[in-house]
Amino acid sequence: MSEVVLETRDLSRNFEGLVAVDGVSLSCRMSEVHAVIGPNGAGKSTLINLLSGDLRPSAGSVFLRGEDVTGLSSPRISRLGVGRSYQRTNVFLPFTVFENCRLAAQSRLDTSMRFFRQALHYRAVSDAAMRAIEQVGLAQQTDKPVEALSHGEQRQVEIAMTLATNPSLLLLDEPLAGMGAEESVQIVELLRTLASDHAILLVEHDMDAVFALANTLTVMVNGAILESGEPQAVRSNRLVQVAYLGEHDFGSNRF
Amino acid sequence: MSTRVRSIALLVGLALLLVFPLVGDRFYVQFFSKILIMTIFAGSLNLLVGYTGLISLGHAAFFGIAGYILALYSPDTAAAGLLTSLLLSVGGAALLALLIGSLVVRTGGIFFIMATLAFAEMLFYLFHDTAIAGGSDGIYIYQRPTLMIAGWQPLDLANIVHFYYLVLFFSLAAIVSIHTLLRSPFGKVIVGIRVNEQRMRALGFHTYRYKLVCFVIAGALAGLAGYLAASQFGVVNPEMLGWHLSGSVLMMVILGGMGTLVGPVLGAFSLMMLEEGFQSITKHWQLLTGAVIVLVALYLPRGFAGLLPKRTGNKTLPPRSKGGTGSSAAVDRPYV
Repeated sequence: MSEVVLETRDLSRNFEGLVAVDGVSLSCRMSEVHAVIGPNGAGKSTLINLLSGDLRPSAGSVFLRGEDVTGLSSPRISRLGVGRSYQRTNVFLPFTVFENCRLAAQSRLDTSMRFFRQALHYRAVSDAAMRAIEQVGLAQQTDKPVEALSHGEQRQVEIAMTLATNPSLLLLDEPLAGMGAEESVQIVELLRTLASDHAILLVEHDMDAVFALANTLTVMVNGAILESGEPQAVRSNRLVQVAYLGEHDFGSNRF
Repeated sequence: MSTRVRSIALLVGLALLLVFPLVGDRFYVQFFSKILIMTIFAGSLNLLVGYTGLISLGHAAFFGIAGYILALYSPDTAAAGLLTSLLLSVGGAALLALLIGSLVVRTGGIFFIMATLAFAEMLFYLFHDTAIAGGSDGIYIYQRPTLMIAGWQPLDLANIVHFYYLVLFFSLAAIVSIHTLLRSPFGKVIVGIRVNEQRMRALGFHTYRYKLVCFVIAGALAGLAGYLAASQFGVVNPEMLGWHLSGSVLMMVILGGMGTLVGPVLGAFSLMMLEEGFQSITKHWQLLTGAVIVLVALYLPRGFAGLLPKRTGNKTLPPRSKGGTGSSAAVDRPYV
């Protein structure tokens, strides 16, 4: 089996008494797409925020390649090769697509405390940005300000920025939300390609995409893991169907 | 505006500034020196307010401390060396900025405004209420700093024309430095912080460090301005550190246009010339100045710089071809 990139043990987060994430233990290996699904409010986004360092866990641990990174700040987690995208588009709206991705790629310089040479003359940075833009299919929009793009295109920028930081672990929070059908197909294809040399933790509501991509499927309800395992096995679990997928009309596995 | 028209306008302006002391009245040569000093001061504050999004109400602390360092360093009966005293003053201002910055940069928004104001006021009362440097009266610098190279004196700061050219040189150098800084990776980071600091952190930037370094650079530049101001007038007093001056320079940045290179220059020139003009009309000149500020706030949300035609042309392409201007529209964009 390939290397375990991400592992959590009994990860929990409380918000003033409310348990948003409750004792979650999961792992994600290199070349694996681990999809996390669950109803709204199940704690999926909070889980991603705990993994990316945007939030500190109340209890439990996070390991990256076996190293304990619990409670590290988001810049440090990012620099360990973790890239995340946001459910609600979180970009630099007045900047061009290129500058958004260039800035993301620039974060991989050992330091940006460089005061003299023009940022645009760092060829490796610009090239990494262009590569990410091409990967998500936004090459035609490179020089447009992001605020001038459609909602779906802004979602693509969100993913391109994540890729431009050259992460080995991708934490994707509903990457397809708000995307048109055509872009969705393109991004699913992209994720499939990326999966070969990345570890991907994918939170997504689009079940077609989830079952097309996932090697492992985890279902969260009320902050805790309800079921986890091979997607087809999870899919046929009675509890899962009741809790999330709906009792009625669920494909051929219907009881 | 096409690049050509812009370049011509810049060259004409520069030529006027260069020949002005040869034809201008003594009073105005000194007055323009004062304005040019304020362009440096406003430009330094613009780095914080306009580009990084840190609104400081205590920026005079660094301006004033540099003046005080020069005054305290200058012997009563001889002139201080220009290079040494300049280095000490600017270095001292930078050190103070590091000290204050390491604390205030942790805060944001309204708390940043309050914290910068509080530190500057502490410094104001330190000099105002103690005998360190003449208390509320301040102290004199009896002899202007001089530049001596092996017995030869190329610059005499007591000579107002020499002083004017020295200030013009520093003012231009400051603008060129800020321009260079903004195009560098560091500059891109601070502008990113203004737009979306949380996202910058998620991308792996330790934003605290960048804000602190920016605060120190701005403090050092303000120190340069304060050093020149103290040299010009030969006296420093606590007003140089006060919140009134911090407010005035903030006003220049806002009037001129935050987050633009020319904004602080336009702001310093317009505010000081307006004040000068109104003072010659009426002793209630502050009412008129106030009215202008209100009008600009109402009708020119991007300051006087917003009146200038926008740049044309595509500036954000990566430099695949050599010799592009390479300037980023993101940086030149007016404050949003």
